[in-house]
Amino acid sequence: MIRLREVTKYYSTGYVKTFVLRNIRLDIAEGEFLTIMGPSGAGKSTLLHILGMLDTPSEGEYYFYDQPVHTFKEKMLTELHKHQIGFVFQSYHLIDDLTVYENLETPLLYKKIKGSERKSLVAEALDRFHMVAKKDLFPHQLSGGQQQRTAVARALITKPRLILADEPTGNLNSKEGKEIMEMFAELNAGGTTIVQVTHSEQNAAYGRRTIRLLDGWIQS
Amino acid sequence: MLIQTKDLKKIYTTEEVETTALNNIDLKIDQGEYVAIMGPSGCGKSTLLNILGLIDNPSSGEYRFLGKDVADSSERKRAGLRKSNIGFIFQSFNLIDELTVFENVELPLLYLGFSAAERKKRVNEVLENMALMPRKNHFPQQLSGGQQQRVAVARAVVARPKLILADEPTGNLDSTHGEEVMNLLGELHAGGTSIVMVTHSQAYAEYSQRIIYLFDGQIVSENIQKKFKL
Repeated sequence: MIRLREVTKYYSTGYVKTFVLRNIRLDIAEGEFLTIMGPSGAGKSTLLHILGMLDTPSEGEYYFYDQPVHTFKEKMLTELHKHQIGFVFQSYHLIDDLTVYENLETPLLYKKIKGSERKSLVAEALDRFHMVAKKDLFPHQLSGGQQQRTAVARALITKPRLILADEPTGNLNSKEGKEIMEMFAELNAGGTTIVQVTHSEQNAAYGRRTIRLLDGWIQS
Repeated sequence: MLIQTKDLKKIYTTEEVETTALNNIDLKIDQGEYVAIMGPSGCGKSTLLNILGLIDNPSSGEYRFLGKDVADSSERKRAGLRKSNIGFIFQSFNLIDELTVFENVELPLLYLGFSAAERKKRVNEVLENMALMPRKNHFPQQLSGGQQQRVAVARAVVARPKLILADEPTGNLDSTHGEEVMNLLGELHAGGTSIVMVTHSQAYAEYSQRIIYLFDGQIVSENIQKKFKL
């Protein structure tokens, strides 16, 4: 599904190049559940952003289903990102003046999906994420765990093939965090590919393979 | 009169404890006013803003929005009033990560049933005004905090609401970007939009015409800044 070849990312300030990622060579097969670990500043989030096409490598090649992403223009990257990738962040980014139902519905409003199908997709997501009873509430009326469940549900409602999660349980207590991780495991069992960045060994245990980054290099 | 509340009260009940978040709130805000709400953390500022914005209900008391009694009206009615009259700006920007800048700004117009052509025209116009055109196909995560808040302001104003409610709109921004957002709000106010803003910052509160101080859920004082423009 994903092939990175000698991907390097640096920022230039004057004559100085600051390297964030160095010579990353990484293959991710469809259906994998991969964990990226490493200390702060190791390049984990940058790698995730490059995988998610929110950032581009300075050098190297990125193939997504054999398509050379590193040669794509911005517009094509936007399209690919939107149709194939669900990004889950540490903070929730819900819209506070929309209800849970409306928050879930938003990504579908842009996809020429019929009203009746939209309804059934939202209903399915509410059900899967145990939010049916909360559907008419606003985010400020939810607990942190419920807010994150809503955000995850929204990221996944368009059924992306690849989920990228950046510290998805970082703002949650351990019980709520566990709920989210179990949902990821369930989705992965259903065939969705997942790449997560985490500091937590516990969360990493849900994945099937772990790579470690240090100073922009893959260690293992 | 845009907003009129009488003896508004909000009580949270958890098992055995009752917490009074708001008490005795009597408030009148005219169309075209710019009001700041200040007070320490936990004083009820955000709760008040959420009630004024029809995304929360008072426990008791009266609330008239544009002359209509909304304290106990149905969610459908409240949603209609909210979506066509109120724009929200939050501290944490509230942008949808899966949507581009253009789509984030377009959202309120979708809910109001505008045609595709009209949506495009309005969104482009507001992006142009906010110097966001070069960013219109970017995702929120690709923008700086200041740019994200500009997008949030663009979304709040795209449907030309009568009222903007802003909850710590500069809370996540450095002072340069904070001032930029305050200047945008000032321009909107000069164009006739009413603004109610919650802030911790005395300096930013002074951009408004009237400052209301809340303490322990009650209005403790008011300070009129400038003569109202008529």
